[in-house]
Amino acid sequence: MAYVKINKEKCKGCGYCVNVCPDKAFVISSQLNSKGYNVIEYTSKECRGCKLCVTVCPDCAIEIFDGKK
Amino acid sequence: MREIYKKPEALKDNITHYCPGCGHGIVHRLIAEVIDELKIREQVIGVAPVGCAVLAYNYFNFDVAEAAHGRTPAVATGIKRALPDNIVFSYQGDGDLAAIGTAEIVHAANRSENISVFFVNNTVYGMTGGQMAPTTLEGQKTLTTPSGREKKTTGSPIKVCELLSVLEGARYLYRGALSTPSNILKVKKAIKDSFQIQITKKGFSLVEIISPCPTYWGLTPLESLQYIDNNLLKVFALGEIKNTVR
Repeated sequence: MAYVKINKEKCKGCGYCVNVCPDKAFVISSQLNSKGYNVIEYTSKECRGCKLCVTVCPDCAIEIFDGKK
Repeated sequence: MREIYKKPEALKDNITHYCPGCGHGIVHRLIAEVIDELKIREQVIGVAPVGCAVLAYNYFNFDVAEAAHGRTPAVATGIKRALPDNIVFSYQGDGDLAAIGTAEIVHAANRSENISVFFVNNTVYGMTGGQMAPTTLEGQKTLTTPSGREKKTTGSPIKVCELLSVLEGARYLYRGALSTPSNILKVKKAIKDSFQIQITKKGFSLVEIISPCPTYWGLTPLESLQYIDNNLLKVFALGEIKNTVR
């Protein structure tokens, strides 16, 4: 299995990843980054590593690694 | 710890100035991924336009030159002729390529300059505040067409790929969109094909990318993807418009 690492300073909360994740694991949180954007949060324990979120992310804010966190 | 996806090396680790949901970030990443895959980062020279992508040199981790508004294909021509072993690409928006730069793109294509052109079409002028571009749809509301673009006074949207397809020198013309993951992956393949055409010295290639502009379409990022599928793709047909390389 894989895990997701989110760069919260790069995220602009556009919600593209929320829309494509087959596990519906992304949510737009109430947390703000230094630019004032509501950043995304990954809520599931495990990721299947399909890379749909990184395909649609305009800001390269998501990286996926193999193994457990 | 093996990475499944990591930021491409050809992209710097900077935060972009683009609006949330802007397609430029996706196109930057696709170009960077292709450059990493082809292992040509040390040879590539990009030419950045005037428009929203004017600061592209802050985000690409290779040499990038800046051109005057619309003159990107002319500058790319000069660089490619002086340094024929380097891989040169021009990165342009629709206000840049289809309005002020019409002459440069038509003649670069007609001379079949051995360069790659990546044309990001979001149907508005983004940097200057959302005015009508030549590619704006009929009826689309912009800052300068508040009641929608009228064919009678401002004409119809210019289809750049179809326009260039009559020129013998234009070898490869592809139109893709950023509306779904599958469309994004097709754009990536077209970008790769375009670089390979240049590496094998086959001549001019252009990839047009229909891209969302949530800010000046007045939509949320997700609504703007639906707007592409429901409105833009009815006017701009996707796929290979011309390929005389095969």
